[in-house]
Amino acid sequence: MKHTISILVENKFGVLARVAGLFSARGYNIDSLTVSETQDSTISRMTVVVNAEDEKILEQIKKQLNKLIDVITVIDFTKKEYIERELIFVKIAVDKSDLARLKKIAAKAKADILEKKEDFCIIELVADRDHINNFLGQLKDFKLVELVRSGRIAIAK
Amino acid sequence: MTGAQILIECLKREGVDVMFGYPGGVVLPIFDVLYDAKLKFILTRHEQGAAHAADGYARATGKVGVCLSTSGPGATNLVTGIANAYMDSIPMVAITGQVKTNLIGNDAFQESDVTGITRPVTKHNYLVKDIKDLARTIREAFYIASTGRPGPVVIDLPVDVQTSKTEFIWPEEIRIRSYQPTLEGHPGQIKKAAKMIEKAKKPILYVGGGVISSGASEQLKALAEKNQLPVTTTFMGIGAFPGEHALCLGMLGMHGTAYANHAIMDSDLIIAVGARFDDRVTGRIDAFAPGAKIIHIDIDPTSISKNIRVDVPIVGDAKEVLRDLIGYIKKSPDTKMWLGQIEKWRKEFPLSYKHDDKLRPQFVIEKIRELTGGDAIIATEVGQNQMWSCLFYQHNQPRTWISSGGLGTMGFGLPAAIGAQIGRPEKVVFDIAGDGSIQMNIQELATAVFNKLPVKIAILNNGYLGMVRQWQELFYKKRYSATPLQNPDFVKLAEAYGAKGLRVTTKEGVVPALKEALATDNVVMIDFVVEPEENVFPMVPAGEALNRMLGGMA
Repeated sequence: MKHTISILVENKFGVLARVAGLFSARGYNIDSLTVSETQDSTISRMTVVVNAEDEKILEQIKKQLNKLIDVITVIDFTKKEYIERELIFVKIAVDKSDLARLKKIAAKAKADILEKKEDFCIIELVADRDHINNFLGQLKDFKLVELVRSGRIAIAK
Repeated sequence: MTGAQILIECLKREGVDVMFGYPGGVVLPIFDVLYDAKLKFILTRHEQGAAHAADGYARATGKVGVCLSTSGPGATNLVTGIANAYMDSIPMVAITGQVKTNLIGNDAFQESDVTGITRPVTKHNYLVKDIKDLARTIREAFYIASTGRPGPVVIDLPVDVQTSKTEFIWPEEIRIRSYQPTLEGHPGQIKKAAKMIEKAKKPILYVGGGVISSGASEQLKALAEKNQLPVTTTFMGIGAFPGEHALCLGMLGMHGTAYANHAIMDSDLIIAVGARFDDRVTGRIDAFAPGAKIIHIDIDPTSISKNIRVDVPIVGDAKEVLRDLIGYIKKSPDTKMWLGQIEKWRKEFPLSYKHDDKLRPQFVIEKIRELTGGDAIIATEVGQNQMWSCLFYQHNQPRTWISSGGLGTMGFGLPAAIGAQIGRPEKVVFDIAGDGSIQMNIQELATAVFNKLPVKIAILNNGYLGMVRQWQELFYKKRYSATPLQNPDFVKLAEAYGAKGLRVTTKEGVVPALKEALATDNVVMIDFVVEPEENVFPMVPAGEALNRMLGGMA
């Protein structure tokens, strides 16, 4: 099962390596990872999506993270009310005949078309994972040139 | 002050009186300051020896062990010693020189990414890039190494930080917002544990190294005696409870005593204190102590419910939690029947070996114990020598058992014995060794001799890498692949280093040789030529349930 964990860490060099090293050394899988500064510039936030087979492994992951000296707090969103978002860019090869249909799909999914060129366009979508996957499913008939997908970010309600 | 001066000043203020190490290019500024400093520096003959000596010093004294090396190979040579301390939760600060800050990452001469290499084997590590951070970093390093679950901390110090100057400010207080170990146990949980102990019919205390690092031996003894609870120790817990005590069952696990293993398997309540249920202790995990509820006291939350499901977790310092627990137990459990059953096991499956006219390694250890009154510090190497030492030298005091547990590092014993002897000069210190592992850091004989550290080395020489040979005998049809050893003449070797060398080939020769060693104020290495194919029994094969022991008793 996938779990979203938010880790507040000291904003120092090497901290990302400590967290990543912990996951690899103990054989835990990271699905996605997002890191950036918080409102306090001495603190960074890492939002990690992990795949833990059971509750026991999830507990261990949280405890092991807490044990790292540079980790300040670990927040597990599993049993919390929270909002999550991911961001994608998709570059799609289209000719004029397809464009109208693509626009319609994008509008329905609340995705923005950022660039329109002769033979391709770039679409942006910010949404939760299910919505993004759903949207990508609808693009199956188009020629997808490139997909850029961010890690997840999350905030408790 | 220069960075090098700040370092040495901070070490003094941290109460460091000795450090172990080896010089080199990028630590020259530190060594120049050391030349005039009132701080004992022990030059080992290999950086690995320095790390193990600092580790042995820490185990014997409870203080933080300090070692120092140059960059590159100096630092990588420390790594085994750092990993060893990490696995056994030993407080250590390792200082490594680093190339100039502007060369870091350029593949400079003798550069290695020390913080990268040591990250998985340290409690924490630092690369100090700015001299203004130096004093606070050293203070933090000692604080982190010695508090909570202790462990090694590395400080990587570029040479230009050692030579640059700043005003020295000693940080009086240290507070790390992301590091605050829990010391006091949760009272509700401790009360719950007390209730369970009151009601238990077959309780057992299972204690590990945490009792020693916390200094909780007195509290443990009080708890056990007051409530008549039998005690089994892990390998790391040896000495936490007196080995000769009527309630002591000795070590449990793969090479534990049969009665300790039967007792834990049959118990209805396990009170684990500062131990971590590792695979050498539990054997087959799903068959471990099927009828037992488990109370687990540990300062490290990650140790709890990691390998085995726990009923009452208590995060806290062993000393404080045990003190509270004693207070909460209103009525001692009735353990008379249970202790009677354990005595039956003790009689039925005693710890033993064949008594004939052959020179057997267990006999040597028994005689060492007799002649030292169980009061010596025993360091060991790794393998059969180590297992026989835990079984046949019953330690009565904490911090007298110095042996590599978690990592199982051959070559640990001699340098660790050196560190222990420096920390406890009044004690007799033995290194009980095998003919294989003694050769892994044999160069430290020079360190011992030239620093007048009269450690006694007892080589149980069976001409094999004995423990591996034992596994080959039992599980690989006696195909002794790469385990027979051709050895140097250990007596001549000792003499070449300026130590005394003795050889014993008969049972009768053991006591006189040991007496001579104990009367000699120098390093003595005794080559005990013992029965070549003696095995360590009892033994639980890897992955088997704890009560499926191979006996092999006499």
